[in-house]
Order: sequence, then structure tokens, then C-alpha cells
Amino acid sequence: MEIAENILLTIATASTPLLIAALGELVVERSGVLNLGVEGMMVMGAVCGFVLTATTGSPWLGLIGAVFAAALFSLLFGFLTLSIATNQVASGLSLTLLGLGLSGLIGEKFVGIAGQKLPSLYIPGLSDIPLIGRLVFGQDPIFYISLALVVGVMWFLFRTRAGLTLRAIGDNHESAHALGIGVIRARYLAVLFGGACAGLAGAHLSLVYTPQWVENMTSGRGWIALALVVFASWRPWRVLAGAYLFGGVTIGQLHAQALGVGIPSQLLSALPYLATIAVLVIISRNRRLTLLNTPASLGRPFVPNR
Amino acid sequence: MSHVQPRVPLLEMQGIRKEFPGTLANDDVSLAILPGEIHALLGENGAGKSTLVKMIYGVLQPDAGEMRWQGSPEHVASPREARHLGIGMVFQHFSLFEALSAAENIALSLDDAPEASTIVERASRVSQEYGLPLDPLAMVGDLSVGERQRIEIVRCLLQEPSLLVLDEPTSVLTPQEAERLFETLEKLRADGRSILYISHRLEEVQRMCDRATVLRQGRVVGACDPREETAASLASMMVGKDLKPVERESVHDRGEVLFEIRHLNRPAETPFAVALRDISLQVNAGDIIGIAGVAGNGQSEFFEAVSGEVLQSEPDMVRLCGTDAGALGIGHRRALGAAFVPEERLGHGAVPSLSLSQNLLLSRHASDHAEFLGTAGWVQRARLMAKSRAVIEALDVRCGGPDPAAGTLSGGNLQKFIIGRELDRQPRVLLVNQPTWGVDAGAAAHIRQALIELARNGSAVVLISQDLDELFEVCDAMAVMHDGELSEPIPREQATLETIGLLMGGASMGSAA
Amino acid sequence: MQLALVRRQYPSRVLSVFTPFIAFGLTLLAGSIMFAAQGLDPLVTLYTYFVEPLIETWSLHELAIKAAPLILIGVGLSVCFLSNNWNIGAEGQFVVGAITGSALPVLWPDFANFATLPLMLLFGVLGGCAYACIPALLKTRFNTNEILTSLMLVYVAQLLLDWLVRGPWRNPEGFNFPETRIFNDAAILPELFSEYGRANWGIVFALVAAIGVWLMLRKTLKGFEVQVVGASPRAGRFAGFSSSRMVFFAFGLSGALAGLAGIAEVAGASGQLRPVISPGYGFTAIIVAFLGRLNPLGIVAAGLVLALTYLGGEAAQIALGLSDKVVRVFQGMLLFFVLATDTLIHYQVRVTGGTTAGDSRGDR
Repeated sequence: MEIAENILLTIATASTPLLIAALGELVVERSGVLNLGVEGMMVMGAVCGFVLTATTGSPWLGLIGAVFAAALFSLLFGFLTLSIATNQVASGLSLTLLGLGLSGLIGEKFVGIAGQKLPSLYIPGLSDIPLIGRLVFGQDPIFYISLALVVGVMWFLFRTRAGLTLRAIGDNHESAHALGIGVIRARYLAVLFGGACAGLAGAHLSLVYTPQWVENMTSGRGWIALALVVFASWRPWRVLAGAYLFGGVTIGQLHAQALGVGIPSQLLSALPYLATIAVLVIISRNRRLTLLNTPASLGRPFVPNR
Repeated sequence: MSHVQPRVPLLEMQGIRKEFPGTLANDDVSLAILPGEIHALLGENGAGKSTLVKMIYGVLQPDAGEMRWQGSPEHVASPREARHLGIGMVFQHFSLFEALSAAENIALSLDDAPEASTIVERASRVSQEYGLPLDPLAMVGDLSVGERQRIEIVRCLLQEPSLLVLDEPTSVLTPQEAERLFETLEKLRADGRSILYISHRLEEVQRMCDRATVLRQGRVVGACDPREETAASLASMMVGKDLKPVERESVHDRGEVLFEIRHLNRPAETPFAVALRDISLQVNAGDIIGIAGVAGNGQSEFFEAVSGEVLQSEPDMVRLCGTDAGALGIGHRRALGAAFVPEERLGHGAVPSLSLSQNLLLSRHASDHAEFLGTAGWVQRARLMAKSRAVIEALDVRCGGPDPAAGTLSGGNLQKFIIGRELDRQPRVLLVNQPTWGVDAGAAAHIRQALIELARNGSAVVLISQDLDELFEVCDAMAVMHDGELSEPIPREQATLETIGLLMGGASMGSAA
Repeated sequence: MQLALVRRQYPSRVLSVFTPFIAFGLTLLAGSIMFAAQGLDPLVTLYTYFVEPLIETWSLHELAIKAAPLILIGVGLSVCFLSNNWNIGAEGQFVVGAITGSALPVLWPDFANFATLPLMLLFGVLGGCAYACIPALLKTRFNTNEILTSLMLVYVAQLLLDWLVRGPWRNPEGFNFPETRIFNDAAILPELFSEYGRANWGIVFALVAAIGVWLMLRKTLKGFEVQVVGASPRAGRFAGFSSSRMVFFAFGLSGALAGLAGIAEVAGASGQLRPVISPGYGFTAIIVAFLGRLNPLGIVAAGLVLALTYLGGEAAQIALGLSDKVVRVFQGMLLFFVLATDTLIHYQVRVTGGTTAGDSRGDR
């Protein structure tokens, strides 16, 4: 019983950053922008969250700082692709490369310092219920935020006028512009939201998952989040499913390594990446469906007014 | 002018100027629209009509000039402000969202953001009132162009506009659909609304419009009552000179069958594509056969299949110059003597960022391998340049510099180059898709004449076009494509606008004839 | 205040030559601010960083060693990016090329003759090429996004290398260090002028590849095909060019060159496989490709510049105690500015006080 609960808990912990980062990117892509800088924004969130926590002593301040720092960082991408219409793929890569470099520099003095963990929820009685107690009532605050985000993003996209506007922009930015919708402004907001989410996801890594700073500690999670958005066909609840699937694979292989199942640990470590590829292949195979689901203006630069 | 009206104009534009890099789109344009009139804005492609109406609707901002609304000066900074004033707009290339439903599309243009159920209810009321049936829950991507246009119009009418701007609304409709649109517009006029009607189709304008303003090369060249003019006088006002009519002798030699389609089937590959169903067609040397139809009924899919951009399941589905070509790629089909001109100039028939000589190589590298390529695929630039010059001269292509990028040419001139590139080979079979779409009248006449001459010199020509006037002017027979099916070709002498129109709308051969 | 872009009628030729320099200048400016923020004299630091490594001969040799893989990979990537194939897994192809090339001296250390090195290079090329063909296959066959798959394969390749040097390929006489045996002499890439420095044949491969690919792109039908398919796939189809063959060509070529860079690096600079064999060459080469404006000859210059950032980073670390992390920040900023200035070639940027149509009032 105890073991099962622990495994489920660790799966939730491993899945949460993927879920949050992917949700943010989903909103960005729904607006027609492809931001490949998730990894860079996430690692910026991780380092800023850790450094702020270590210097102020408050993981809460660290958390907020991480969100703001990554959102600010995403503005660089916004400026490139939205204000001066550069290639989105290249600009996203530049954001990732810059983020990995900058985070290394910022966190240099903090390598090897023991961090502070964001406290988990504890409700006497409820959190002690066997099996489900800690799962439902005893997790870290970001876990609850991530679930709220799923509901919130679904509500925003499909129940609000702003969400409808965002989807319209992602479908056809020229039409949106012709109707007088502020395409660039809406996309800036989406990119900022994506940045904030990536920052939150990064903070989860350095404040909850492994409370310490290691260079490149995101180790490809930003990219997996990008793949999750494709996997989810741009639907929030499928991101939830996908993130937990990947969390499961990650934790599964970690347990397999710990048990020493006789398979090289490197092969097990490669599993999440191989699983990503496999899942992408399966989901993209149907060209018709992919076309139908992909926001039609995704990745295309937009310059208003000639 | 006979219509000197004391009323204050609803909308008045004065001294409007708008410049884009390399073109002066509007120069000192003035225009006044009275309450309750249908006002035509006439002009050929590239005259600056769309630019002007985009400024009226606030999508573009004029560089100079003044706009007055009901007598008081206004600066329309955005479409939202235009809507607030009471201006509604139906765009030529619709401003709809394919992945959203009709109701969602409508909601997006309503600034007061009502509830979804209210929208559906209001939309169905308006659509009944003006005879514009639509299904609010249908995905726009699944609808025909006519249905899409109805959504656009209903969307405008829900804002209760006092001025409705329609940019080339009939260019995508069958004659019968156009007829229904005219009825709607007349109802709107009877309600006291004004309509700015943009077109280059003179009969429509003469029939419906109270006054007309004519634009040529960005300037106003005349304002008149279209009913007091003849089609010829309007045309010469638009074009600025008398156009030489296309010459075509109807009696000619016919040779062997050079182009043959046999039971061509092709499933739809994308959600918005049209499946081709059992298409058959034969064209003899010397003939021009037209394929009429509303855009989006399978013409692009047909072009892809016949050109060899997409291969067929059976080799004999497409026969070119007496050879089964269904399993051959586009390069091989060209080598057999066929040539192809696609609808889209930029990004399909030509690469905008590449020079004209490179664009020559685009379609000629396979058919003229020996001439333009050396060993190991080494490109013979000098020869390409010389050939490109020859094409430029033969078709009177106007361009800056000896070898400019294709994207810098005007639509008409680039189209002349693309057609000239193929004509230069004297192809035995030519398939062209919408060759004069968006092309100015002079270039269009030039292109049509060139097609006739090619056919009369012994080639088989297939012309896909939405422009019925063009088809009647050029073709020896016409078939109609509707929803992926092709009718029997009807000889020109027996074809009427009405029968072709009915077939375009989906009537069967027996009931249309 | 807002930026408005006005498309130029013709792309600016002058700017297309000068934007890389402007970008480099802006990077230096931003770098100075960064140095000043760390309490260092910007001019002294920039001198140490970007000039000192160029003064001494041995250090020019080091520059060539670092530039060779960057140019090789960058040249291959230019073909990918021009044809609109986003291979960002060159790092993985580099690693796999190093592994397949090293198989010979690691598994058959006694096979040491004139054929050893050519065979190693060949295996390296084939390994990198084959590894790059995986995302190409997935893209053409299953419509899978090549950006994500090629990147995921980087992690896989690095883990594969890690497993090999810690497991089956570990040096039996190596005291359990995670590295392979030292290659025999026949398996070492010769130095060019060994009395002056360590530069080896890698830089020659790089220059030959750059010139070859430049000729291909500029003068042959294949190069024309690359440009057409990249600029507009539909026009490519109209021309009769197969887009899936182009995917394999671009990925295959860039993978082969990355693989060559990988085996040349191992057979040249290090002489054995270790868990980490690249300071991110595969990713830095993306910057090289863009800084060189996707022109192979420009990429030669860009490769030297980026190699200088590595060398300068080492020099500044030793002389001034500057963090070695600065290197990647510099590289990241450089790409940022390259992309930003690229816009100037196609657009005039105007600062407007007012607002443009769509953006004046949002619909929210």
C-alpha cells in the first residue's frame, strides 16, 4: 500500500512540470505561434526560483520570481517573432540556447547548495487517509495549481470570448486582422502566459522535484512538453493524460533502475525520449487528422498592414 | 451629372492617397456615397479598389486625405471603429475562420459579445428576412464559397450597418447565386441602407447600381450613372484605351486526340479537399476546351492529378499525346509534350524570391534538360538568361531590371511570363488554371489570344476558369466541374450562360439543358 | 509607441552582407555591459576574449581545431535549413559518427595500417548519415515533426555513448575510468604542421565541404532544388522535385558531415572516446549556420567566429577568472541578434507613435 502510494506520488511530481509547461505552450500554439524556447524558459524559471529562494529564504518568493523571470524572458521571443517577424523556429531555438547559457551563469555560485523545498499541503486527518490521503490532500502547491490550470485553460479556450478570439487568431491571422482583432497584442499575451507557465514548471523542478540547482537540470523536459502538445492534438485534457503517461514512464524506468533489472541504466534513461518519438509517430501518422487539429496559422509570421 | 442630390452624403472620401513601397495604390481619390443608393466602384484588377475600401473599413490608414461620415470628419483607426460608425464589410477573399462554426464566426465580429444562443437566434432571423439560408452550427471549412459568403453578409447585417461594402461579391458565385444576391441587395436598398459595390463586371453594375465611380491606376477617372453609359464606354473608362477584342475563328482543323482523361478517380487527401469522381474528357489537336465551375469544386485536385504532381492509380487514367501518363511524374509528362500553368502564381507557378531566369528553370529543367543543364546538373546560366529575355520580349513582360525576382512583378506581368515560359516550348498539350485571375485587362486579352493561337497551331488546350465571359470568348466547348464531377462538354454554339450556370450550381445534365 | 514593419520592394543587398557584422557588434556591446556588471573592464575583457587568442600561432591552430566541426556541421545544416528541414539533432549525429568511426580502433586495435583512418572516417560519415535518416524517415513516412524527433535522438545518442564507454567499450587497462582505449597511431588524424601547433586535417575537410556545398548550392540543379523546395514546397512539386527525397538528401548530407566532424574530433583532438566528446558543437553550429546566412562560405567565417568564442572563453577564464558559462551566453546572444537584424534585410522598421489598424483596440 505504502509503496503504491509513493509511486503514485512520485508520478504526480514527475508529471506536474511537463503538464504546466505543455499547457502554457498549448495556449501559445493555439494563438498560432510556435515557441521552441520552452526548454530555455523552463531552465530560467528553475534557476531564478532556486537562486531567489536561496537568497531570500522563501520558496514562495522563489516561485513568484521564477514565474516573472521566465515570462520576462519569453518577451525576447515575443519581440523577435511578433514585433519584427523573425522565423519562429529559429527564434525559439535562440531562446533555448540563450536560456541554457544564462541559467548556467546565474546559477554558477549556487551549484551544490542544498535547497529549500516548497512545503506540501497538510490537512490533519484528511492527509492521513490511507492510500489517497497524501495523493489528494498532501501534495505540493504547484500540483494543485497544475490541475486548476487544466480546468482554467479549457474554460478560457472554449467558454470565453477571449478564448474564441485566440483560437480565431490561430486559425487565420489575416482574417482576424481584417476584423480588427489585435493579433499581435493577443499573441504577446499568449507568449507571456506560455513563459509564465514554463517558469512555474521550472520552479517545480528546482523547488519541489529535486530542490537544488544543477546546470541543464531540465534535461529535455521543455522539449517533451512541446511534444506533448502535439500528442494532445492541442486539447488541454489530453495534455493532462499525456503528461501523466510520460510521468509514469519516467518513474517506471527510475524504479526499474533502482531494482537493477539487468538492463543498462542508460537504456532506461533513454526511455522517455524514445517514448516521445514513438508517441509522436503514432499521433502524427494520420495526416488528415493532424491537419484538422493543427492551428492553421501555426508558425507563420504575421506582419500587419503590409 | 443628372443625379445632383441635395442630400448630405453618408460617406465622403476626399483626396485619399495611399502608397506602398513601389506602388502608388490610391492618388487623390474622392468619392461620395448617398444614403440609400447602391454605388459602384469600378476598376480593373490592380486599379486600387481593394485598397480604398480597406481604408474605409479601417484596415489600412490613408497617407493623406479626409473621410467624412454623415457630414462630420472621422478618422477610422480600426475595423471596430468602422463597425461602430455603421460600416459593414464583405471581403473578397472572405475573412472567415475555417476551424470555427458559423455562429462562432459571427460572434467574433459582434462587438457587444452576446450569448451564443442569442447569436444563433438573431442570425437565423436575419438570414430568413433577407433570404440568406445558413446553418449556424456548421464548420466553415466544410462549406461552399456561396455559403461562406452568406455567413459574411449575415455577419455584417447583424451589426445593422448603414453602409455595406461588398468587394467583388459575385466572382465566386454561379449566375443563379449572383441573382439571389442581387435580390438581397435590392431589399437592403429598400430598407434605406447604402451599398458600396465593387466589381469589374459591367452588366451587374449597369443593372443594379445608381451611381458609379471609376478608378484607374489609383486615380478616379470618372463618376457617372452607369445606366446612362454603354458597357463599351464603361470599359474604356476602366481600361483607358479601347481593347482589341480577342480574335477567334470558329472553323478550324481538328487533329488527333492529344489529351485524354479516362474515368479519373481520386480520393480527398485532406479534410478540405474535394474527391474527383469518374472524370472523362477528350481534347483534340486544334481545340480549346473550357472547364467552368465555382472555385473549390475539384479544379485544383484535377490540375494536380493531370499535371502529375499527384500520380494516378491506373496509368491510362491520363493519356497525353497518345501515351499512358498516369504513372509518370510531372517532369515526364512535360517531356511528352505537355505543359501546365497552375492557378496560384506565387508559390506554385513561380517562387517569388527567385529570379525570372531561375523560375524558367523551374518548369523547364526536365523538358529541356540538354539545353539548360550540363554534366552533373551544372546549370547553364547564360542560356537561361537568354531564354528568359526571349520570353520577356515575346509576351511584352514589364519588369524592372534584366532578371528581377519573380515576386517584384505585378500579377499580370508575372502571369504573362509564366504562360510565355510554357508557350515558348510550343507544347502539344496545355492545361491552364485561372490564367487571368487578378490580371489586368490588357494582359488578360494578350493571354487569351495566345491560348487561341496555340490551339489553332495544332495543340490541345484545356482552360479551367471561373470567368464565364472568358470561357465564352475563348473556348470551342465547355464542361462544368461540380463537386469533383465533370459534365459532358457542351459545344459553344449550344451553351448558354443559364445552362452553364445551372450545371455549376449542381444541376444534372438532363435538367440543365 | 509601436514598431511597424514595411516590406521593402527589393531585399536590401547591402544589409544582407552587413547584418552579420551588425549582429556581432551588438553582441559585443551587450557583452560589454555583461562584463561591466561583473565588475570587469569591458575593453580589457573583450581584448582578452576576442583578440588575444588570435595573436599566437599555436592558438590559431586551436582555433582551427574548434572551427572545423562547427564549419562541417554548419555547412550541412545550411542545406537543411535552406530546404526547410529543421534538423536540430546534429549533436546526436556528431556523437554517433564518433561512435561508429571509433568502432574500428576500439574493437580491433590491432588493425593498424594505411586503411584504418579512411575506414574510420567512412564509418563515421555513414553512422552520422544513418542516424540523421531516422528523423527523415519518420518525417516522410509518418509525418512526424522532425524538430522534436531529431532533438530527442540527441539525448539517446549521448546515453548510448555513455553506456559504451562505461560498459562494453571501456578500456580494459583503464583503471575503470569511463573511457575507451587510446587509439593506435594509424587511427589518429595527422596534424598539418605539427611543429607549430595541433591543427589537423579536420579543418581541411571543413573547407573542402564548404566549397563543395557552395558549388552545389550555387551552380547545380540539386542546389536549385534545395532552394525551390525550401522556399515553396508547392512550387517544388510543380517543378517535379520530390519533397521526401529532399528530406533524406538534406538530413543525410548534414548527418554525414556531422558524423565526419564527430570522428575527426575523436581521431584528432582526443584520440579516444569519453562520456562527453563535444562542448555542444551540434547546437553551436546552428548559430554558425545562421550567422553565415546559410551560405557555406559565410559559414566558414562564422565558424571561425564561434570557435573564437570558445577559445576566448578559456582565455578569459584563465586570465581574468571569468566564468566559462559566459561562452554560451555569448553564443545565445549572437543568434538572437543575427535573427533580429535579419529582419532589416526584408523590412524597413518604422517607429510609429500612433497605432495600426488591428492593434489599436483589442477585442477583449
